[in-house]
Amino acid sequence: MAKPKLKRHHINRDWCKGCGICVELCPKKVLELDEQEKVTVARPQDCICCRLCELRCPDFAIEVETQE
Amino acid sequence: MGNTIKFVQGNEACVEAALYAGLDFFAGYPITPSTEIAELLAYRLPQIGGKFIQMEDEIASLCAIIGASLTGRKVMTATSGPGFSLMQEALGYAVMTEIPCVIANVQRGGPSTGIPTHVSQGDINQARWGTHGDHAIIALTASNHQDVFAMTVEAFNLAETYRTPVILLFDEVVGHMREKLVLPAAGEIPLVDRLRTSVKEGVDYHPYLPREDGRLPMSDFGGVHRYNVTGLVHDMWGFPSTDPQTVHGLLRHLVDKLENRANEIARYREYHLEDAEIVMISYGSSARSALHVVENRRQRGERMGLLELQTLWPFPSEMVRQKCAHAKSVVVVEMNMGQIMQSVKLAVAHPERVFLANRIDSNFITPSDIMNILRIIQGKGV
Amino acid sequence: MAVKDYLRERFLPHMWCPGCGHGEVLGGLVRAIENLGLSKNEIVMVSGIGCSSRISGYVDFHTLHTIHGRALAFATGVKISRPELKLIVPMGDGDALAIGGNHFIHAARRNLDMTAIVMNNRIYGMTGGQFSPLSGENISATTAPYRTIDRGFDVVELAKAAGATFVARSTTYHVQQMTETIQKAITHKGFSVVEVLTQCPTYFGRKNKIGGAADMITWFKDNTTPIGSKAKQENAALIERGIFVQIAAPEYCEEYQKVVERATKGRK
Repeated sequence: MAKPKLKRHHINRDWCKGCGICVELCPKKVLELDEQEKVTVARPQDCICCRLCELRCPDFAIEVETQE
Repeated sequence: MGNTIKFVQGNEACVEAALYAGLDFFAGYPITPSTEIAELLAYRLPQIGGKFIQMEDEIASLCAIIGASLTGRKVMTATSGPGFSLMQEALGYAVMTEIPCVIANVQRGGPSTGIPTHVSQGDINQARWGTHGDHAIIALTASNHQDVFAMTVEAFNLAETYRTPVILLFDEVVGHMREKLVLPAAGEIPLVDRLRTSVKEGVDYHPYLPREDGRLPMSDFGGVHRYNVTGLVHDMWGFPSTDPQTVHGLLRHLVDKLENRANEIARYREYHLEDAEIVMISYGSSARSALHVVENRRQRGERMGLLELQTLWPFPSEMVRQKCAHAKSVVVVEMNMGQIMQSVKLAVAHPERVFLANRIDSNFITPSDIMNILRIIQGKGV
Repeated sequence: MAVKDYLRERFLPHMWCPGCGHGEVLGGLVRAIENLGLSKNEIVMVSGIGCSSRISGYVDFHTLHTIHGRALAFATGVKISRPELKLIVPMGDGDALAIGGNHFIHAARRNLDMTAIVMNNRIYGMTGGQFSPLSGENISATTAPYRTIDRGFDVVELAKAAGATFVARSTTYHVQQMTETIQKAITHKGFSVVEVLTQCPTYFGRKNKIGGAADMITWFKDNTTPIGSKAKQENAALIERGIFVQIAAPEYCEEYQKVVERATKGRK
């Protein structure tokens, strides 16, 4: 099975509470918190689409969309 | 015509009536003197495909029947003093969530373990105020087995009509005494079925939006409408709310739906009240002794009458006030320290004319007990 | 259906604190249900009181938010009344095993077909950080300013001893395993218990200086191990995770049907 390729991260800023779980536990350090303590995609090119950020986000604030 | 006649305990009469009313789910925990209700239903319910479960305690019993009621069943539990104490929180939940259920409390001596095998009527005010917070409740009682039957059916009917828990406050004497019971034929006593919503699948259903007549049509849990039920103050959707208007509206609704209908909910019997100078007020087994005294004194020409209450809560204040309007004295006969007497005093025009004839030593109050107290009240000496 | 189709989106963002593990459990649960392809109409979720119990407000099932500790008792009534429904009962640690401990062991004993999820953050969060029967010894809490002396329950051992026929443990670090475990628990015929170790950064983490949410999740990675692993043999203090019990046993509703058959024999 081919590796999934990132299309984009969907971030729901209204739901993000800035807990930092996704930022700290991302194996490739793709994410950061911005000055408003909301998650932002700093290094999308490093994303391996493991979806751990999506699965661990307690707030349903991140979705990783991959290309078909 | 074709009516079955039985010679049974009051607890058995309660079971016959519950089945007549359509009971199909019972959960309970053994406790004296109510246990026969559970025992009999364990035997009878499986025969009609109904559900019986013995739970781990009385708390769980009430919780289980509330859950079952929500799925559309007619439900009941039965208990006595200490078990009724344990049920109080879940009772409040049923009040708050407006889930129909029937709770039989066959009263015994209290407080605490008290005297399990002897009679008392000490739970009257607990039935009214045992659970926390402003609320209203329906509590019914009866003095003989035919009325135990009638009031038990009534309890199921009122629970469905008003979406409320209804408490049957029987006592040990009525529960254990054996006497004749004529089983009404099917259809003889009207039954109230659950009012279910006519809202179709896919259309918004508001579980807590009353109709114009104040009634709330239900939708069976597990059916086509998914909604939320919570003991928190909730809006018409059933979701938690702290909006002051919603809080006020819900509390008023919960209280008004019963207190404003106290007259409609009032069930009672009256004997020789038309010209009575002494009005006795009693209920449950003590009303049997009171009636005996009344019949006896009437034969001797004394103007004495009896008002036997069957609805204890909401207290039928207006009816009691009317019935006592011309009384020179009102004598409340009960087996506690005056729990219904307090409500009678609040209801009547002349509370100073209200007296208590009671017995609290675990023995049944007899006609001669009442006569002795009457002599004192009438200034005739002991 | 997408995950969000199972949620009542109008109530999001939810009321849990930033970094609270309960949101992860909600996610894992909803994904498990999505994977199983269950219809929303066949699921009844019953919860008690506490932070965890608010989970029922966020899912678009039949939801019954009850009183503290009694969720399983309410669920018992629903299930026996309507055996065809899927019952899911998420509870907090205090909810399930302090005030609700009696109902927990009896539900396990009966083997009713339902899934109990114990969201174990070892603290009472809603009331502000008091210790629970799962806190264990030497824990700081608002009712244990000098640290706890109370021993903790082991949910897995308790559930096993009480007769649960499916017993598992997972954590909010192991989210994929958590989802798979919940999926298996829901599919299991009988009483299933899934303990999920979850973080309360606001009270447990802060009071016990474990750090933030991510640190607490990492703690689960470092301090748990698969059942029977070599690591466990070398370090007994590690908490095992996985499926401990998965056995077939008579289910209560089916057994009740036998009672009905015995009662109606020779009748009709």
